[in-house]
Amino acid sequence: MGFLDIRNVTKSYGNVEVLHHVDITVEESEFLVLVGPSGCGKSTLLNMIAGLEAISSGEIAIKGRVVNNVHASKRNIAMVFQSYALYPNMTVGQNMTFGLEMHGVPKPERERALADVAKLLQIDHLVDRKPGQLSGGQRQRVAMGRALVRNPDVFLFDEPLSNLDAKLRVDMRTEIKKLHQKLRTTIVYVTHDQIEAMTLSTRIAVMNKGYVQQLGTPKEIYDTPANIFVATFMGSPAMNILPARVVVEGGRPHARIADAEGVARLLPFSQANLAGWEGREILLGIRPEAITDPEGADRKSANIVPLTNRVSVTEPAGSDTYVTMTLSGKDVIARMRADASVEPGQVFDFAVNMEKAVAFDPQTEERIKA
Amino acid sequence: MAAVAQDTAVSTGRVTRVFIYLVLLLFALFYLLPLYVMGINSVKPLSEITGGNMMALPQVWTLAPWASAWSTAQIGVEPTGLKPYFLNSILMVVPAVAISSIVGALNGYILTKWRFRGDTWVFGLMLFSCFIPFQIVLIPMAVVLGKLGLAGSVPGLILVHVVYGIGFTTLYFRNYYAAFPTELIRAAQIDGAGFFRIFWRILLPVSGPIAVVSVIWQFTNIWNDFLFGASFGGTSQPMTVALNNLVQSSTGVKEYNVHFAGAILAALPTLFVYIVAGRYFVRGLMAGSVKG
Repeated sequence: MGFLDIRNVTKSYGNVEVLHHVDITVEESEFLVLVGPSGCGKSTLLNMIAGLEAISSGEIAIKGRVVNNVHASKRNIAMVFQSYALYPNMTVGQNMTFGLEMHGVPKPERERALADVAKLLQIDHLVDRKPGQLSGGQRQRVAMGRALVRNPDVFLFDEPLSNLDAKLRVDMRTEIKKLHQKLRTTIVYVTHDQIEAMTLSTRIAVMNKGYVQQLGTPKEIYDTPANIFVATFMGSPAMNILPARVVVEGGRPHARIADAEGVARLLPFSQANLAGWEGREILLGIRPEAITDPEGADRKSANIVPLTNRVSVTEPAGSDTYVTMTLSGKDVIARMRADASVEPGQVFDFAVNMEKAVAFDPQTEERIKA
Repeated sequence: MAAVAQDTAVSTGRVTRVFIYLVLLLFALFYLLPLYVMGINSVKPLSEITGGNMMALPQVWTLAPWASAWSTAQIGVEPTGLKPYFLNSILMVVPAVAISSIVGALNGYILTKWRFRGDTWVFGLMLFSCFIPFQIVLIPMAVVLGKLGLAGSVPGLILVHVVYGIGFTTLYFRNYYAAFPTELIRAAQIDGAGFFRIFWRILLPVSGPIAVVSVIWQFTNIWNDFLFGASFGGTSQPMTVALNNLVQSSTGVKEYNVHFAGAILAALPTLFVYIVAGRYFVRGLMAGSVKG
């Protein structure tokens, strides 16, 4: 039993089931991120934890207490909303202490809690202002402050950074991470941004169409995605997925693919246990950063395979250069060092790190377990 | 493109502009003419009016018609002036406006933030009540008031006006609150505020503009109502009915100067409300209609 238990939870609106049998256990001071495209059910799940939406079946327990029928205000949770949801008629200080006031905390205690949190978030000079007079980043801080003041068991974040501009978003991301490391609070965080999910979480639940597709640490999710949805949703640019045939040579399974000219190439697998797949079609997954120029290849990898192919497009992005080529009839993106000299139309020697390659069953789209 | 700095919808030359203002001024004067006539004749002795010239300034200025209209003029059979009826109107209007606005605000709050199955139907029916002509409800209303024992009393009139006004006030507040972010309500719920606490502490403090609209609308409608007042007023008739009785009296000399003063007295409260709160009126009506 964990700190926050979601047991076999389902949500239906009428006859439509939008969330199917979700099972997640969150340990104390974990940072769980629910990530997925819009409409995947992540916000619904968060609202159910918060007590803003009823649970159709299953149980949610916080610290061992089943809260299905406990009102939102009595679950000892705090929530940060996407729009910050600051009360426009109250000052920052009143906003932050409103919850304490509603819970009957005496004024001196409220003042003390407010002072502590305001100092922690460096908003102590703003407590007498109204939300309308604050910038986006400041409002974000106040919204977090309002949650922190109550010292809840679980913090719920509903896409808290999506209303900020790109630069501020990165700053606030770091800020949230710092805060979590300092306070060791238990957090459930909803986002559609896979970079936020990767950077912030201790564990990620990738959701799609009301199902949890995979639950694991960021590294597990990134390196060993459970299926093609997870593989392509997490990571930018997305993982390259291309059809390949498994052939065994010298007792070792290889992926046979075709280069831009249609010539067959063999890429030896490292770990994938492909017994029984010999001669059959699979889908090969290679992340862009696993295809580089030979100098940029990972030196620790034991399975760097040279691959010569024609370059179709190059996209210098400053820090990296993205190179597009055709493999097995699909556009494949490689991520090169910025100063790799690649020209469109050129036939270039690539290096593929096959240690990082994964294979998927084309029928089920599940990863073939090593 | 600095040349397009003054890019209004219609570009006008100096001559057309002068012409437009002249026309506007003319219409404004024409529009103010009745007020001028009323004002000027209410401070003249009656002989100057009957003598012929309604438009001329008074030769003798007097406030006697005002005093008479207020406290001594013959209303029906009693020489009470308009004073007691003015009080009746105030006693009726203030609670009726307050109750219908508060109930409308609560309705709007529920219909947008505590939605239930069939809420759009309920709202639709309330909207429908805005389009029911007064005359249709006269007889059923008389029956209901009689059964409640409120016939011919100020509380009875208050009830009539509250029931009739709720449709409008609900419409105003519902549309205003529909634009109010629901996340705020949810945040307050998590903070531990209940139904009424959210209403008083979160919603009402930001309802100023629409409350002004509701109050002005209700105040003018209820104050100016004649039909309900005449039908259900009984012994506590409102100002409008008394004014009618003053002006329509068929005995004695027609004291036009007193009539004018009485009519202005009857119009003063609504004028006052418009002047005090009018600038919020348009702002409130526009709220929510434009996104952002």
